[in-house]
Amino acid sequence: MFDLSPEEWTAVALSLRVAAVATAFSLPLGIAVAWLLARKNFPGKALLNAIIYLPLVLPPVVTGYLLLIAFGRRGIFGAWLESIGIVLSFRWTGAAVACAVMSFPLLVGAIRLSIEAVDRKLEDAAATLGANRAWTFATVTLPLALPGIIAGAVLAFARALGEFGATITFVSNIPGETQTISAAIYTLTQVPGGDSQALKLVVIAVAISLLALIVSEWFGRRAGARIHGV
Amino acid sequence: MILVDIDKQLGDFALSVTFQGDSGVTALFGPSGSGKTSVVGMIAGLIRPGRGRIVIDGEIVFDSGNGIDVPAHRRRIGYVFQDGRLFPHMSVARNLDYGRWMTGLPRDEAQFKHVVDLLDIAPLVDRRPGALSGGERQRVALGRALLMKPRLMLLDEPLASLDARRKSEILPYFLRLRDDTKLPMIYVSHDAGEVKLLANRVVLLDGGRVVTSGGVELLSH
Repeated sequence: MFDLSPEEWTAVALSLRVAAVATAFSLPLGIAVAWLLARKNFPGKALLNAIIYLPLVLPPVVTGYLLLIAFGRRGIFGAWLESIGIVLSFRWTGAAVACAVMSFPLLVGAIRLSIEAVDRKLEDAAATLGANRAWTFATVTLPLALPGIIAGAVLAFARALGEFGATITFVSNIPGETQTISAAIYTLTQVPGGDSQALKLVVIAVAISLLALIVSEWFGRRAGARIHGV
Repeated sequence: MILVDIDKQLGDFALSVTFQGDSGVTALFGPSGSGKTSVVGMIAGLIRPGRGRIVIDGEIVFDSGNGIDVPAHRRRIGYVFQDGRLFPHMSVARNLDYGRWMTGLPRDEAQFKHVVDLLDIAPLVDRRPGALSGGERQRVALGRALLMKPRLMLLDEPLASLDARRKSEILPYFLRLRDDTKLPMIYVSHDAGEVKLLANRVVLLDGGRVVTSGGVELLSH
């Protein structure tokens, strides 16, 4: 059905890998940050919230450039990471970092809402039954928020799949290493006669994103049913 | 034996309550807004008093003077809330077992069966809380609190959300519980009939203060 060239299949596979790794690694941090924002008051909360949402409003090229400054081989963190054997610039791992940063606001936003929807009175009840904070979170808050957490992860995955600006700025557009679907489409539209190939990738991108949104919506609805306990 | 002597400023409302409860049922009686629920919340460790002391069976669980504040999960106080608060994602059986699991007590099939029979909830154990009636939910909540083997029970208007018919269905279970377990209980209510039936001591609250305390004959007029 899709007579894609090996390079284009590579771009699709790479996109899926980058998005999956980005989501998997940002999920634990996302849950922790969302819990902090939903349940705790602390100095600097508004600032933390603003910083997390920053990639949503900054031009992606700015985020990509900031990542390059921080995580490039000569960057503040990049040089240190390289000394322990992790190189991000111009590697697919760097693309995953860019995608994780760009999709983090969506991830945290969705999880925060689902944690806020968990009745705190149930957490109080767990405490009177002998559950400390960690157990209360593990046995009450987390399971009740789980459908929302999955929905948030799916949404972040879809967002990561479509990331372009920050990724291309940070790790460039190297076929087989950092050329994701978006970058491949961009490249194809820049060469004469590439339009029909680009269109096939566009169809794939739309299909994957649509599927992710439907899955996300389905889990969101499950969350409601679960909290009502039927 | 429980000793409560606490103050707390809640917005414009000043709560200042001192009373003692012995074994048996002590009723905290008063109109809504008199501070009853805040008092039991402080005994349970869910609300921190501004100042004062709470002593249960000789153990100081709160003392502002010495900086003692035992967290709620280590107080071993059963709490039945007005709205039940069963965990909606767990079956009735898992709800009932939750306190035992969290406190690390060994499984006690005999006690489980005893409590389930006492409250007639055996047919409900495989259901989800969402599929229970209000009265069934409160019986399960009562069982859940009992099965963690508490040293004190707090019953916060456990019948208030039920209609009159359901109330009369549940009330006998509370009587059974009182006579069967000999567990000290604090029963919060604004219903004089319930209190006269269940309690042997009454602490009358109004506007965040103890008006008087004594036997149930206080409510006769």
